[in-house]
Amino acid sequence: MWSNAVPRWAPFKKEKSMRIKRVAAVAAVAALSFAMTACGGDSGTGSGGSGASGIVGKAEGQKKLVIGVKADQPGLGLQTGSQYEGFDVEIAKIIAKGLGVEEGNIEWKTTVSANREPFIQQGTVDLVVATYTINDERKQKINFAGPYFIAGQDLLVKADSTITGPEQLEGKKVCSVSGSTPAKRMQTEYPKAQLQQFDAYSKCLPLLENGQVDAVTTDDIILAGYAAQDQYAGKFKVVGKTFSEEPYGIGLKKEDKTGCEKINEILKAAASDGSYKAAWDKTLGKSGKAAPELDTTKLTNCGSV
Amino acid sequence: MHVFADPTNFDAYLSGFLWILKLTGASAVFALVIGVLLAAMRVSPVPVLRGFGAAWVNIFRNTPLTLVVFFCYFGLFSTLGLSLAEDLNLNNYWLGVIGLSVYTAAFVCEAVRSGVNTVPTGQAEAARALGLTFAQTLRIVVLPQATRSVVAPFGSILIALCKNATIVGTIGLMESSNVMKDLLNANGDAVIPIFLVFAGTFAALLIPTGYFFGWLANRLAVKR
Repeated sequence: MWSNAVPRWAPFKKEKSMRIKRVAAVAAVAALSFAMTACGGDSGTGSGGSGASGIVGKAEGQKKLVIGVKADQPGLGLQTGSQYEGFDVEIAKIIAKGLGVEEGNIEWKTTVSANREPFIQQGTVDLVVATYTINDERKQKINFAGPYFIAGQDLLVKADSTITGPEQLEGKKVCSVSGSTPAKRMQTEYPKAQLQQFDAYSKCLPLLENGQVDAVTTDDIILAGYAAQDQYAGKFKVVGKTFSEEPYGIGLKKEDKTGCEKINEILKAAASDGSYKAAWDKTLGKSGKAAPELDTTKLTNCGSV
Repeated sequence: MHVFADPTNFDAYLSGFLWILKLTGASAVFALVIGVLLAAMRVSPVPVLRGFGAAWVNIFRNTPLTLVVFFCYFGLFSTLGLSLAEDLNLNNYWLGVIGLSVYTAAFVCEAVRSGVNTVPTGQAEAARALGLTFAQTLRIVVLPQATRSVVAPFGSILIALCKNATIVGTIGLMESSNVMKDLLNANGDAVIPIFLVFAGTFAALLIPTGYFFGWLANRLAVKR
């Protein structure tokens, strides 16, 4: 196709048109990759297996699933070597089992807060179980099953601290993760607190230990996971007064209503047969917190009106 | 461009680049002063000073800047308790300036030292013959000629410094790269436009800087 661009009767122009050709080729490639990334979001209903589409189809056809989890949150999704462990991971295993996929056939993928929607939209992962708060903004892009847990924003303070709630944070220094919902809530609702932001909660903890910040804030369940870590045992406490409600859901493709309903069924079954409680006891239960009741009446309607 | 039409986002974008400019400005001044001093040490006849200069350059030039900035935060501030300002952001800012300055000073030092090599030996010999001391020779004869010959490398170092300033974002200062991450996080549908705006702003700041230093280098060059 490019050779037509060089007129045979103009050999003396060849060098110049070669250069133009190359520039055009580079531009075309750039435009193409641009277009591909831009369109990645709405490219069909996923690479489902034979017959049924979506994750149910894929689980039946390929007996494999790619699941996105967090890698840096103790108790929820923590990567040690090539292993992932935590409550989110256990929930993901229950769902995979319910879909007929064996534990060994799950491919775990690390997701961070910023790339969860793109990963689902582009089909990089089939499911996301990563402290994923269900909200309307996200519902426009993806579908949520669950919630499998209701968290709430809370404060982690030193064991001897006198802070009992967010309203006492005036002039105090608070640490959180930039771009996260808890950080944004601090800025809008408690602007008098000074906010130190990092890219991971793990960086906040040494500061809290040394007293450079007075509190760390995010969802209570995440804080409990940090407080239960061996090296911090007994040094910190979770205030225990939540000031928001964060229902954790399981993210999947917006079109995949069948998959979403199937996951909700699996969650219901898990609540009644005790595997939900077992997952809790194995992970976050170690912090001493009793297993919560999974309220199956609150499960999402999977986007149906 | 609906992302930047929102005034909160636009303010965040502006303040992000304002932090970058402030970091670059303060660090450039400190790095220039420290760098020239280090270069003077490295060409001095005193072995201890030469060793100090060489050690500084080798340590900071070969350490990733992220580590240097992290050390400033977690080492100087968190562990040793060096607090530079009551305000959290200002404290992070000054810790960042320390990190950027000591790191960039190593590069400034080496640029100046290479400039010293461009000054003909006869100049220093003539100065000594006139009875000038080492300090006088350096200050009056050698350094003025040396620095004028390395204006172009200074430009490159300044440009690198400006881009390196984004690393201070890792200790929590809301500079441009952090603002960009936030905006990307909140607007997953406009990833490429947001990225292009931030990349374009850096280019718009730095391309003229490059040309300015090219022009300045020509103007100040010692004609021999």
